[in-house]
Amino acid sequence: MTPPTSSASLSHKPASAGLAVTLSGRLDADGVSGIWDEAVRLAANPGQRLTVDAQAVDYCDGAGLALLVELRRGAEAARAEFQLDGLNQRFRDLYDQFSPQDLLPPPSHKEKPSLPEEVGRKAAILIDDIYALIAFIGEFAVALVRAAANPRRVRWRDAVNVAETAGVNAFPIIVLIGFLMGLIMAFQSAIPLKQFGAEIFVANLLALSLLRELGPLVTAIILAGRSGSAFAAEIGTMTVNEEINALRTMGLDPVRFLVVSRVLATMAMTPMLTLFFSLAGLVGGALVMLSLGYPLVAFVNQVQMSVTLGDMLGGLVKASVFSLLVCAIGCQRGLRTRGGASSVGQSTTSAVVSGIVLIAVADGVFAVVFYVMDW
Amino acid sequence: MQAPVIEVSGLTMGYGENVVLRDISFSVQPGEVFVILGGSGCGKSTLLKNMIGLFPPMSGTVSIQGRNIVGAHGRKLREILRSFGVMYQSGALFGSLTLLENICLPLEEFTRLPRDAREAVARLKLKLVGLAGSEDKLPSELSGGMQKRAAIARAMALDPAILFLDEPQAGLDPVTSAGIDELVLTLAASLGITFVIVSHELASIFAVADRVIMLDPQTKGIIAQGPPAELRDHSDNPKVRQFFNREA
Repeated sequence: MTPPTSSASLSHKPASAGLAVTLSGRLDADGVSGIWDEAVRLAANPGQRLTVDAQAVDYCDGAGLALLVELRRGAEAARAEFQLDGLNQRFRDLYDQFSPQDLLPPPSHKEKPSLPEEVGRKAAILIDDIYALIAFIGEFAVALVRAAANPRRVRWRDAVNVAETAGVNAFPIIVLIGFLMGLIMAFQSAIPLKQFGAEIFVANLLALSLLRELGPLVTAIILAGRSGSAFAAEIGTMTVNEEINALRTMGLDPVRFLVVSRVLATMAMTPMLTLFFSLAGLVGGALVMLSLGYPLVAFVNQVQMSVTLGDMLGGLVKASVFSLLVCAIGCQRGLRTRGGASSVGQSTTSAVVSGIVLIAVADGVFAVVFYVMDW
Repeated sequence: MQAPVIEVSGLTMGYGENVVLRDISFSVQPGEVFVILGGSGCGKSTLLKNMIGLFPPMSGTVSIQGRNIVGAHGRKLREILRSFGVMYQSGALFGSLTLLENICLPLEEFTRLPRDAREAVARLKLKLVGLAGSEDKLPSELSGGMQKRAAIARAMALDPAILFLDEPQAGLDPVTSAGIDELVLTLAASLGITFVIVSHELASIFAVADRVIMLDPQTKGIIAQGPPAELRDHSDNPKVRQFFNREA
């Protein structure tokens, strides 16, 4: 008899040419969990016949039915005859709807792919992805040209909303990160420069690196994490909900409708955010210089001498291009979303990763171009 | 007469300041197939969401098997939630899990059944709703009707005493719809499951409902209750007759 704590119990005894199993109590999830293993063990080796007496079963829900069908399946697999007696007719009606085959997993048509197949499949996905990206660039370029030719077709209200969420609302984090980076860089560089009595050049280092490189780069990375992911998630959810299909069937191009306004808004806001980032970094650096005993005017003079308007403009051009890449790839990943909620997550991750990779690649290109142009 | 399995008393609900339904009361008997019906926007789904504890009502109580779900929290709420299953209008299956995993999830979390037993229960539930052989599919690979049926299978996973179904027939073909009706009747008769169904599919209502309540957005209350055939043939209320006779 097993087990005393369970609301169902099972007993068995040898019968003519087989085994007789008696079930009693409530065959629900609680009851069945206590007797399942023993029942399966008995059904695997019942002799020529397995007889199950369910006369004393008070209740039998889905778990109980699964047990009874499993007993039958086990007996038939062991080439034994199966007989179920005494089950209340209202449960019997449900039991009769099932056969032992219902418990078997469906035949799998999926074979584990070989290594060349796997490599080929991944390569095909990559090529498909590149193709989609090229097609998107084409669609986007056409949409931009049309927007330039007819600015009234741009959804400016959407653009203003995006400018607020991706630009204005990002202001606090941009300023905070910029300030802290300026502060940390100034402290870190002051230590080695002090050995040569050259702490004043901390200002040169900060101004040049923030305006030309770090300002645009870090602002774009924050943009990728904050706004590129948001665009991918929003447009991805729209794709899953068939809102993009609705746009297409209404004759509206999703790229013009959704992407152009987002890209324009982001490209307008990112240079400003970059300026605030650099300014906040310089304020952080100025604080360090003040703490080292240098007057503010000395710091400002050093900054003015070390950077030109060209440096600042170069940084802003980079910021604009970075924002274009981050925003466009976020929207493209959203439009490429297929499936359900998990696909939206994958698109969001892909948007951030691709955005950061594109920023790094573009930054490298800018470095070479600026070097060649002697800018 | 048995004690009601669900008792709604003086329930007023809405969104913000906007009252959708005011001071409604009704009860559902064990094993009954109870249908909430009414025109679009009358508050059927809102009432359902209040009954299952998703939205707190403005006032009133919802007693499920003698326990008030309004204001319940912690262990008490978990115990009440275990006593019923819900099928949502959109299916609400977990997109990253296969159908088998969707149904096994509550069994894994709330029972001590071994893995093969959980899978056996899940396979039988899928067979019951006509989805045998689709165990390994993801919800995104299914049609809308199949998703609904899978959602019913998941709601039944723990064999709850009460099943709430939010528009189970919407979007289904007549054959599948009739299959779900038959399933409801079988489960109610054999296992004594109480069904609370939000629907406005007339054929299905006449096929399965023991009793219905009809909500009205103008009066913000119940304008009729009783067996559907009786309301269709004998109701004095023109709105009720109009609804049951499909008159414009």
